Amino acid sequence: MEILVCVKRVPDTSENDIELNGAGNDIERDDLVYSINEPDNYAVEEALQIVAKVGGKVSVVTVGSDEDEEVLRREMAMGATDGILLTDPHFEGSDGRGVASILKACVQKGNYDLILTGVQAEDGAAQVGGMVAAMLDYPFASLVTSIEVLGDRKLKIAREIEGGNREVSEIDLPCVLSIQTGINEPRYVGMKGIRAVQSIPIPTYGASDLGLTAAQVGSGAARVTRVDYFVPALGKGARMLSGTREENAQEILELVAAKGGLK
Amino acid sequence: MPRIFAYIAHKNGVLDDSAAELAAAAKRVDPSAAPTAIVVGSGAQLENICAEVQKIYPKVWKISNDALAYPNAELIRRALLKIVPAGALTLVAHDHFGIDLAPGLSIKLNAAFVSDVTAIDALDGQTLKLVRQEFGGVVSAHVNCDISTGAVMTLRPGAFKAAENLSAPGTVLDKSAEVGALSSGRRYLETIVAETSDVDITKHAVLVSVGRGIQEKDNIGIAEELAEAMGAAVSCSRPVVDAKWLQKSRQVGSSGKTVKPKVYLACGISGAFQHLAGIKGNPFIIAINKNSKAPIFQVADVGVVDDILEFLPELTNKVQELRGVAAK
Repeated sequence: MEILVCVKRVPDTSENDIELNGAGNDIERDDLVYSINEPDNYAVEEALQIVAKVGGKVSVVTVGSDEDEEVLRREMAMGATDGILLTDPHFEGSDGRGVASILKACVQKGNYDLILTGVQAEDGAAQVGGMVAAMLDYPFASLVTSIEVLGDRKLKIAREIEGGNREVSEIDLPCVLSIQTGINEPRYVGMKGIRAVQSIPIPTYGASDLGLTAAQVGSGAARVTRVDYFVPALGKGARMLSGTREENAQEILELVAAKGGLK
Repeated sequence: MPRIFAYIAHKNGVLDDSAAELAAAAKRVDPSAAPTAIVVGSGAQLENICAEVQKIYPKVWKISNDALAYPNAELIRRALLKIVPAGALTLVAHDHFGIDLAPGLSIKLNAAFVSDVTAIDALDGQTLKLVRQEFGGVVSAHVNCDISTGAVMTLRPGAFKAAENLSAPGTVLDKSAEVGALSSGRRYLETIVAETSDVDITKHAVLVSVGRGIQEKDNIGIAEELAEAMGAAVSCSRPVVDAKWLQKSRQVGSSGKTVKPKVYLACGISGAFQHLAGIKGNPFIIAINKNSKAPIFQVADVGVVDDILEFLPELTNKVQELRGVAAK
């Protein structure tokens, strides 16, 4: 099975406190640590596990700039055979639809049976996979928590729905699935693994390679634009304790006891 | 002004809370809006739901189709494409169904798409001014959406206060014939109900709930010791389950359990909306987190900025001291 996994390099929220910049209109981008978007890493692991069972090849693709090559290399170190970088100044300012248009064009250059994305990235939009599927007229499922390859070009999949319940469906290939975290345990990647794939060439494709025009991608085509970031005024907000650790623990204990929280 | 449509979610004959929230959101776009509810399903349940939706919406479009007895988003998208006109504004709840349906719907309608909208500020000509969150709710963003070719938006559950002034009973229009037969490359088979375990976190009055801040599996014991001292149970947020440190049955949130404790200790939990959606009954929330900017402090009653790996053992000591004194 030929699998393409769409990945993204994002600010790592476990390594950075995301804060507003001095002007108060963007997040502070100096010294941000970036890493692979976590759900995308689960998607790559799932793809690798599928080809380990049924054969095939895993490719990873990202839309971005030269700096984003590092996440492709990281996923190649996990076991993806190919990396593809989609980069062009004309891509800048693309909205979700623009990014989906770029990825759709990339899918059409290949011969993939299955397209995977992570369920969402740092913007929480959860949009690109469903858009790519609609552009290609492929079936789509989001929030996927298990994949079983059936014969006859079909998969049996489960989606996460409310209350921890799982919705099981059969889906025809080729299709697009967005992968939920927790579907597997992504393998560890060390520096040695990344060095081992450092010299593998990564092809880059721009707008003209993909047959894309300014009407489809970039800021000119974007119908949805972020104006600025802000931190909303707190509602009620918590009463913050400011004592020593011991004093705070004592106060929490008394509060819990007063609320009937000690059996 | 665009025509506004709302996709109505319902399950097992029960109307979802989002129905009234989407109606309120439509009024935020256009105070004079007469939004149309689209209700999909089959049989007597569909009729009952339509009767309820009529109390909220001035117009109801009903699609009755045996293929839609289970809400398969792939089929419903095809049904909507046959009846939603070009240029419309379509509202859907941002839940597991909306995430499945809406992005592809926007492509097929050639409409703009904005997901997980938390506020609608204004409609300025063809520009809809919206608010949504990024980075798990740590920061918000003002977003402009060009609706000149229509738009599809998913709305954060609970973010829009349900409309109070309900319109006069609306009219129901049967659109089933326009939809016709439906099929897709994704076929629903069954629903697997979540497993239960020895500890039922929904039954506990006090929960010591741990998040990513617990850092590793070996540290779960720190929370268990506190819970044991207090007579509480240990629950958790999604990253802890993803990492296999606790079972899925311990997860609080929209994709986990809904809990109604009296006291909720959120320990190293950032406070993503999917997690907060699982906390009901207005408990007393105590948040302990290293990051003073964690969104959990916006909803907690009391907050402590501290490392839970240091703070929880201190609290455990205090509880044990109290118990020791009481025992004497």
